[in-house]
Amino acid sequence: MDFLQPTSWQDALALRGERPDALPLAGGTDVMVDINFDRRRPGALLDLGRVPELREWGQDDGRIRLGAGVPYAGIIGNLGAQLPGLAMASRTVGSPQIRIRGTVGGNLGSASPAGDAHPPLLAAGAVVEVASAARGTREIPVAEFYTGVKRNALEPDELIAAVLIPAASGPQQFSKVGTRNAMVIAVSAFACALHPDRREIGTGIGSAAPTPRRAPEAETFLAGELDDAGLWDSRNALPEPLAAAFGERVAAAASPIDDVRGSAAYRLHSLSVMARRAITWAWNDLREAA
Amino acid sequence: MRVTTTVNGTEQHVDDVWPGESLLYMLRERMGLPGSKNACEQGECGSCTVYLDGEPVCACLVAAGQAIGREVTTVEGLAAGGALHPVQEAFVECGAVQCGFCTPGLVVAAHDLLERVPRPSDLEIREALAGNLCRCTGYEKILDAVRLAADRQVRA
Amino acid sequence: MSAEAGTRTTRITATPGGVGDTPLRPDGTLKVTGEFAYASDLWHDEMVWGATLRSPHPHARIAGIDITEALTLPGVFAVLTAADVPGENAFGLEHADQPVLASEFVRYEGEPVAIVAADHPETARRAAQRIRVDYEVLPAVTDPRRAMDADAPAVHRPGNLVRHLTLRRGNPDPKAPVVVSLDFEVGMQDQAFLGPESGLAVPGDDGGVDLYVATQWLHVDQRQICLALGLPPEKVRLTLAGVGGAFGGREDLSVHVHACLLALRTGKPVKMSYGREESFFGHVHRHPATMTYEFGAERDGTLVYAKANLLFDGGAYASSTAAVVGNGGTLGLGPYRFPSVAVDAYGVFTNNPPCGAMRGFGCVQAAFAHEALMDELADAVGVDRVEIRQRNGMREGDVNITGQVIDSAAPVAELLQIVRDLPMPPPLDPSDIRALPGAVGNTTHGEGVVRGVGYAIAYKNVGFSEGFDDYSTARVRLELTGGEPVATVHTAAAEVGQGLITVEQQICRTELGVERVVVHPKTTGVGSGGSTSASRQTYVTGGAVKAACESVRAVVLERAAALLGRSAGELRLDGEKLLGASGEVLLGLGDVLGTEAVEETVEWRHRPTHAIDPETGQGNAHVQFAFSAHRAVVDVDVELGLVKVVALDSAQDVGKAINPDAVVGQIHGGSAQGMGLALMEEMVVTDGHVRNPSFTDYLIPTILDMPPMQVQVLEYADPHAPYGVRGVGEPPTISSGPAVAAAVRAATGKALHRVPIRPEHITGT
Repeated sequence: MDFLQPTSWQDALALRGERPDALPLAGGTDVMVDINFDRRRPGALLDLGRVPELREWGQDDGRIRLGAGVPYAGIIGNLGAQLPGLAMASRTVGSPQIRIRGTVGGNLGSASPAGDAHPPLLAAGAVVEVASAARGTREIPVAEFYTGVKRNALEPDELIAAVLIPAASGPQQFSKVGTRNAMVIAVSAFACALHPDRREIGTGIGSAAPTPRRAPEAETFLAGELDDAGLWDSRNALPEPLAAAFGERVAAAASPIDDVRGSAAYRLHSLSVMARRAITWAWNDLREAA
Repeated sequence: MRVTTTVNGTEQHVDDVWPGESLLYMLRERMGLPGSKNACEQGECGSCTVYLDGEPVCACLVAAGQAIGREVTTVEGLAAGGALHPVQEAFVECGAVQCGFCTPGLVVAAHDLLERVPRPSDLEIREALAGNLCRCTGYEKILDAVRLAADRQVRA
Repeated sequence: MSAEAGTRTTRITATPGGVGDTPLRPDGTLKVTGEFAYASDLWHDEMVWGATLRSPHPHARIAGIDITEALTLPGVFAVLTAADVPGENAFGLEHADQPVLASEFVRYEGEPVAIVAADHPETARRAAQRIRVDYEVLPAVTDPRRAMDADAPAVHRPGNLVRHLTLRRGNPDPKAPVVVSLDFEVGMQDQAFLGPESGLAVPGDDGGVDLYVATQWLHVDQRQICLALGLPPEKVRLTLAGVGGAFGGREDLSVHVHACLLALRTGKPVKMSYGREESFFGHVHRHPATMTYEFGAERDGTLVYAKANLLFDGGAYASSTAAVVGNGGTLGLGPYRFPSVAVDAYGVFTNNPPCGAMRGFGCVQAAFAHEALMDELADAVGVDRVEIRQRNGMREGDVNITGQVIDSAAPVAELLQIVRDLPMPPPLDPSDIRALPGAVGNTTHGEGVVRGVGYAIAYKNVGFSEGFDDYSTARVRLELTGGEPVATVHTAAAEVGQGLITVEQQICRTELGVERVVVHPKTTGVGSGGSTSASRQTYVTGGAVKAACESVRAVVLERAAALLGRSAGELRLDGEKLLGASGEVLLGLGDVLGTEAVEETVEWRHRPTHAIDPETGQGNAHVQFAFSAHRAVVDVDVELGLVKVVALDSAQDVGKAINPDAVVGQIHGGSAQGMGLALMEEMVVTDGHVRNPSFTDYLIPTILDMPPMQVQVLEYADPHAPYGVRGVGEPPTISSGPAVAAAVRAATGKALHRVPIRPEHITGT
């Protein structure tokens, strides 16, 4: 096994192109577990920890460009106002020690359906920026990035450069169920974002399908009902039956399995409850902000 | 491969490191610093918590090569000149140590918390130490120890 | 509380750092600085690493093993299989039924098949992977309820029954106006000690081996290792390495024989250290249990009879299953008075992971059932749930279900009253999500949260039972070192974190009046200390240390008497001085000791216990009983099934708190483990395969899961025990879980007859 340690983005892309057998390594919170548990023995580890570009973040045309190597702790500490959903999700990732090392780029690279960053990225309509030495940069909407269980749209010679996330135009919420009160992998997770500027709802579901996914029907249903009832303008309370109906539609978008962490039926049930509650909190936040 | 890193203030060189090795293995087996503990090797227990460039991390999830040129501080490096750090002292005095396997990681994590938040609330202590599993104490005396260390540090 | 209970508390003259004081533990500083040497920290010149190849199948016949490819890997020093075991290829705590390395059959997933020594752990792992094992997979029995069926595959010959305990007492056909019953199931819990199995074997010049290992009982290990290696005890020398928790999981052998075999074969020191995943396969677990209980009572709630059937899944090898059945059968109805009883307790072999000792065994499982049923009885007769326990609770002088008289304190009613009267936690405050069910998961801001309160009481035998020769050995030496008297205490009793070494020092200080007490490393160089289990070490090794000190003191007094020309009976030793009858100082201890040390070794036994009658289960099976009560307060998000325990308060009678702080520490930690079983801890085994062998999916409570605890300690001395002590370690694990489960039932209104209670059990989805 080789240890490759580029110190610039260009070098990193070049090495990625030359070494298809290399496994990119950022915070190590997934990769090193696989190494320690003898599950993976790649030809090389490609350490991205010394690529300064990956640890940068900034504004980019109304979007936050979040370098793939920005750790969760940085998001919680610096981006809570612009990316509230992602910051809430980041706070639930592992332990403080994990949040200092783990990155959104790593979450996308692993593409586990249980990754905590996915639901808020989906709800916010994020775009993944990937690059290769041969073909340069391309942008992939996050919903298209997940292609299967622990599989993503990256080509073998590509690396994740950044995530482009629209700064929140309205309240966002994130909820995650685990069977312990800290440091737990999601049994199910849900994120929502209100986009009052364009009168839309964003959603993201975690741990309840082969990939993280949106609940598009729930989104259009609720946005339409809010329109019909004039609630976007009146900012009156969200009727409980409407929140519940939204929750049911979110659950309907999932296709979970039974596993050691929870049953499929519970995942569906918990999604409907979380979605109902989270949309109500988000709506209340919107009313309070008005 | 060769790894050069500063551990507890001293630059160290280690040869023949297997690239898949963790910082934890290198500290424990190659540098004679077994204080950081190997309880889960997956970042779930916090027993291997060390400072990497001033931030508390699980040494089991840092590849040894990632520590090249960095500064590592382990539990062995916290007691200055032979005197226990107030956090260490409080852990002993409060009975926060039983089998002690979680202790080095908890001491580093608590040390970090009090550096950032001198007077943490109980909920802040709990959230900050949620990544450090202890199987013996039920955590009550660990909370006592962190409160006592905070008190003493604030007064001093 | 101990002050109020003082009328019956043993009064002991206060010695600084002695019995009843709370001196700091002697290993505390080493543990906070990282200098304490745990088994996994050991290192030796020329050391090589051992690794184990384990079976992927729950049941298979080994048709052949080819090690050629493994041996050719550079850096490999040895590859051993069953054929290389020089002695008996068998070990086991109670029955030597487990092969050191599987020969003909593998009987559970994870069973060791071959071992490797190599220059690096990674080399050893790669070599193990190159061993070719030809398995013929066999049908496996993985449902314990099927294990005794005639057509079930036999795990061992002649059959799958390990033990059936029958207990009958009173009216064989009892009737009662109120009858309640339930089925209850307890999942498989893991000890999850933080320090994985580890040991270092160093070959000796004499053809023997020195093993440094984390364990709970050096001598029982030594006996089994000698058998497997075909070596006499003097050639198999054990030293206790630092132990990172045990909780029963280190009673059975793990790396022991394997490391010794590799060391003897390679001539090199061999270290074996499991990772967490291997650890889940490398030790026994708590027996899963399925139980059926029926209580009959008068209309006022007075118990008339109990019928119970308990089935423990022992997994592939016997380990402690027979003793678990013994405890479940003889104690499994809880600390209540039952005129008539019929209990059947079974332990069976299956092709599941072997189960054995874990804190409170037999009683932990049963307590969930008897406490759930007591609540249901209380509701059925309309009596308060605490009150019904108090009314039916054992008292001193009562006879338990095996016909044994409870001949010291049995403060069931008082313990329950204490926990009931403790202040309640403040009401739900939804302003900080960290205090709510789900915490930073942000699943509720107060919606759906219902508070529940639950109570439980339990009791447990202390020490080994049913006629076992349960003793400990202590060697105490008193000498002048640097002009000061120093006592050295040497026992083989394992310190696993609980604080036994502190207790040994305290007893020496109290008995000999000396301040400086050195604890000798724990080795097989002294007689057996017995097992660090069954809450027995303070009682039994404490008793041995006390007795050895008394012998030393007697010699000192004899010597002083000779020097002074008086009779020893007129003298006493106090504070490093020899005093006469009226307290006058006659000599310094140093004057008596001079250059000649006093050393005494004593083997000490508690009162004998007896086998129970095989037909009726009657007999004086146990030496002592310990009682504890819990009150749990939980907030349950009943819509999501998430639980936050907000208070877990406890009261326990400890007879005499040798070290009050350590006693409370045991109660805290034991309570956390019981809570873990109630809410989250389960090794999920499907068709003989463990599905969650990691700390990612085997969840133990974090600091955000544990609530603040109020602990009240009673000290009703047991007149039969040294200083009146009563075992402490296990009872809190037994009563805390049932209290938490009761609180969740109270909050949800659901029956919840299985633990751990998963969110979907609460939501019904």
